[in-house]
Amino acid sequence: MTTKPVALFVTCLVDLMRPRIGFAAIRALEAAGCSVVVPEGQTCCGQPALNSGDRQHAVELAKQTIAALEPYAAVVVPSGSCAGTIRCHYPEIFQHDPQWLPRAQAVADKTFEIMAYLDEICGWRPEGVTLDAKATYHDSCSGLRELGIKAQPRRLLKNIDGLTFAPLADEETCCGFGGTFCVKYPAISNAIVGEKADAIDASGADLLLAGDLGCLMNMAGKLHRKGSKVRAYHAIELIADMGDGPAIGEEA
Amino acid sequence: MNAASADNFHARVDAALADPTLKIAVERTAGTAEAKRGVAVAAFPDFEAARTRAAAIKDHVIAHLGYYLEEFEANAIAAGAKVHWASTASEACKIVVDICQTSGAKSVARSKSMLGEEIGLPHALAEAGISRIETDLAEHIIQLADERPSHIIWPAMHKTREQVSALFKAKHRSPHEEETIAAMAESARRELRTQMLGADVGISGANFLIADTGAVCTVTNEGNAELSLVPPRIHIVTAGIEKIVPSMPHAIHMLRMLARSATGAALTQYTTFYTGPKRPDDRDGPEQMHIILVDNGRTKMREEGLAEMLRCIRCGACMNHCVVFRQIGGHAYGGTYPGPMGSVLTPAIDGLKQSRDLPNACTLNGKCQEVCPVRIPLPTLLRGWREKSWREGLEPTSMRWGLGIWAWVARRPALYRLGTGIALWAMQWMGKGGWINQLPLAGGWTRYRDLPKPARHSFMAQYKKDHRP
Repeated sequence: MTTKPVALFVTCLVDLMRPRIGFAAIRALEAAGCSVVVPEGQTCCGQPALNSGDRQHAVELAKQTIAALEPYAAVVVPSGSCAGTIRCHYPEIFQHDPQWLPRAQAVADKTFEIMAYLDEICGWRPEGVTLDAKATYHDSCSGLRELGIKAQPRRLLKNIDGLTFAPLADEETCCGFGGTFCVKYPAISNAIVGEKADAIDASGADLLLAGDLGCLMNMAGKLHRKGSKVRAYHAIELIADMGDGPAIGEEA
Repeated sequence: MNAASADNFHARVDAALADPTLKIAVERTAGTAEAKRGVAVAAFPDFEAARTRAAAIKDHVIAHLGYYLEEFEANAIAAGAKVHWASTASEACKIVVDICQTSGAKSVARSKSMLGEEIGLPHALAEAGISRIETDLAEHIIQLADERPSHIIWPAMHKTREQVSALFKAKHRSPHEEETIAAMAESARRELRTQMLGADVGISGANFLIADTGAVCTVTNEGNAELSLVPPRIHIVTAGIEKIVPSMPHAIHMLRMLARSATGAALTQYTTFYTGPKRPDDRDGPEQMHIILVDNGRTKMREEGLAEMLRCIRCGACMNHCVVFRQIGGHAYGGTYPGPMGSVLTPAIDGLKQSRDLPNACTLNGKCQEVCPVRIPLPTLLRGWREKSWREGLEPTSMRWGLGIWAWVARRPALYRLGTGIALWAMQWMGKGGWINQLPLAGGWTRYRDLPKPARHSFMAQYKKDHRP
């Protein structure tokens, strides 16, 4: 097997809130035959600034991220929304900047959401992974609509022995996270995630899976507040055979 | 008239969220519309190609608006209509009121038109002492309740059947006795028809203006446009200048997109093309037809980066599929147009200062763009308003400072690692178990949900430790 060098863009939420998603990403990528590098200069892709209208800071953080990622052949991100920011929005941000546009476009073209990368680029499937559980899957919006991530995580998860699936009603409906939306309009966000949590409970699943930590923290936080027993994981944790570790909000 | 009402968004949201009946009413109608649209779109041969064509038709006319408006004007005049131009809402209202007063009209029958709402026509008619009857069933309900529309297709969507029944019983001269929809519709019919037939003037909007014939197209599901526009002496049309299409085949294509996206139907029950007033040997029809072409900010929208918004054909699909609209209903938005399309239009019509909440109160989940029959990039346009709001200093200081500090630190990776390291260390003492249920400065989060306790050490710190040579 040839070794494919890839850079892991960790995302600020994964870095601070749940590092094991980053380690799961490395583990899965290495199992798929990649050699993983974690570039030093990375922090945040600038999405919060971009979506809040703070153009200047969005541009600065995009430039920093581009500079950190451009030496590598491919960039892999364990988040549909951060990958979407780099792939779809960086070229937009620099559309009138002849110096930065080609650099932004080049990084955009080689940036992938992790499950799409493992499935489509590596053609890889987890092997020998067993987990007896019933899971339900929420399709996070940016990954789904900006990057077309829908079948890829399901194809990978289907390879896990013992894992069964419960359909989630309105699985493509936003959970109400929306980055800063959830703190700027908490009452609306709460009404939306309340319905999502009810649908998750009604699915009868033991596990909630998704591909974005922001959405997962929102849904898991609501499930915990309402006393639900459903446990939440980033899908890559299960795919990397780390589904036996603590779920979001469980102490190690 | 809407300028002040877009303010106080939070108060209206709280009121909407506290109203359980509203949620039931919105869910009934929007949920049904969502399901029916899904079926209609799946059955449409290559809906994606049809969307692309619809967007291209609108882009073409918006880019050549002057050409098509002049063609429309010439053909409408040739058909016997009188064409007026209004650059503002008040100019448009003044033209309508002048026509009514000059002809000695005392009463008008109005067929539902969102442009009429946009320019404040009901208010202008009331001020001029002209009696007005709303002939669309939902608008009739709104008029009886003295409210404003909460949706562009179903103005009374916020009301349940039970509430409408009570309203009819209180206001109709001979209300329904049986609690059935048929009996309620019959009661409204009795109430409306006598007044409709006696009106001096019929006022409508336009779903499409057809340039090469000078025709005006309206669609309804109740036939109320036909009933209220044919009997009166005068027919007045108020239409936004972006409603133009080059020819009938273009109008037909747009109609197919409109009906399916709005209600999931193949076509609306009544689709009528009005070309000029009554001719000498016609038995019926108005003696005069006036068409008022209204700008009200549209030219400016085209010039200021909102040309894509002028594609909008007012189908309401974006709001029917919007998670925020489904929770708060249309009135919470405060402008004439609610939902995602309203959040783009209201700042353009009423001013950004009064309505800066609207483009912000959106999760940018992209569903609205996914269902828009003319592919309007609503999230991108909403981001554009956020940027303008940020640039003009309209965003709250807390947000500006918060993001500013975050970005400043994130621009300095070494400082970022130090700062976040300290924050993670401090957060280890908060909450219990793996969860934090109260966090300073993050009340918006912890009021409603718990926050998983962050890692003791960041990924970067752990990774560096493991990979130290």
